[in-house]
Amino acid sequence: MCLAVPGQVVSVSDAPEIERTGKVSFSGVMREVSLAFVPDVQPGEWVIVHVGFALSKLDEQEALETLDLLREAIACEPEKSDSR
Amino acid sequence: MKYVDEYRNQTRVREIRDELHRIVRGRWELMEVCGGQTHSIIRFSLDQMLPDGVNLVHGPGCPVCVTPAELIDQAVALAGEPGTILTSFGDMLRVPGSGEDLLTARARGGDVRIVYSPLDAVKLAAENPDRQVIFFAVGFETTAPTAAAAVISAQRLQLTNFSLLSAHFLVPPALDALLASSDNRVQAFLAPGHVCTITGISDYQTLSAARHVPIVITGFEPLDIMQGVLMTVRQLEEGRCEVENQYSRVVKPEGSPQARALMERVFEVSDRNWRGIGVIPKSGLQLRPEFNTFNAEHRFKLPTPAPVLAGECISGEVLRGVKRPTDCPAFGVKCSPEHPLGAPMVSSEGACAAYYRYRRAD
Repeated sequence: MCLAVPGQVVSVSDAPEIERTGKVSFSGVMREVSLAFVPDVQPGEWVIVHVGFALSKLDEQEALETLDLLREAIACEPEKSDSR
Repeated sequence: MKYVDEYRNQTRVREIRDELHRIVRGRWELMEVCGGQTHSIIRFSLDQMLPDGVNLVHGPGCPVCVTPAELIDQAVALAGEPGTILTSFGDMLRVPGSGEDLLTARARGGDVRIVYSPLDAVKLAAENPDRQVIFFAVGFETTAPTAAAAVISAQRLQLTNFSLLSAHFLVPPALDALLASSDNRVQAFLAPGHVCTITGISDYQTLSAARHVPIVITGFEPLDIMQGVLMTVRQLEEGRCEVENQYSRVVKPEGSPQARALMERVFEVSDRNWRGIGVIPKSGLQLRPEFNTFNAEHRFKLPTPAPVLAGECISGEVLRGVKRPTDCPAFGVKCSPEHPLGAPMVSSEGACAAYYRYRRAD
């Protein structure tokens, strides 16, 4: 039910606040999405979409860091377990 | 798909698995709260990769599963009223009430329609001024702001034929109730990433501190879940209990202030009956009195509740993480997605449906 999928904002309407919508591409499939919860989103940015609403922006830097941290955390671990 | 495929990388999943096997000393019971996480875990057999000391129990995070029979009975009654259009998300249609489900109501001639978004129900009301359109609003904090946006949209359009039947639930009070129950085995939570996208993490910090329980806000792809498990187990092994955010690419500590403001404008906190669990104080959302004209409970005469539990169904224990779907005598025999006895067999996020789809041969 809380399913939400990433999509890339292609265009943004100029309606104010809660009425603001945008076209979002999901692997090329376009859908009109409410941008009421992400007032500062710009075309090109990624959002997480749930029942026709962009819940939040997807942070590319954090996305990369999550993957990097994972690699580092595992690479460092032998030392940690030695000191146990 | 970008931001999905890289979090399904099998090599990395195996690396985390190996790391978990290396660090585990104790025996730990972790609950993944969200049904979407349960689905991923069973689909990708992540639970079978874990060391013996780490056990995942499935949580109550499936809104369709916890919506009580009496609310479904009310929706069925509304669908039977002349001139109404009853709308909801697709998962809701086959969940049994104390008698019928919404699909049966439709077969009897009720106008029951599936909508993708709450805004679709508002659009339907605008297009059908001579009909009363009711949106059966089911969901957690992830979905509640979208229902709130629909109410505000209907208000702006000055619609007099749109109303909401609220079945909105709040996650933290339910987790607190689970921890307080005498048969609780859960020592840590993988918290629901998309709920926290809206709420932020402060309620979880309060819960973690009050109940001394590690909580890791976790995403939904295999790598997210394995990393969430690793972070949680590290806390348990090191004797820490705090809130950590695995899903930082989506969840900000403050959540979404815009969505929360909208939710708080339209809804107020209320007690709520959770199917299989019982009434949990302050665990639901109802429309504020100033939105009574959009409240189906005020606009229509609804049947008084007649809650009935299916005799053999153990969904209450499944939803509390006390039993597994395969512990149920009816599982796969009398109960299947085609003929569900309980709600967790209906929704794709229900633990029973996930086991039926991916684990029947076990």
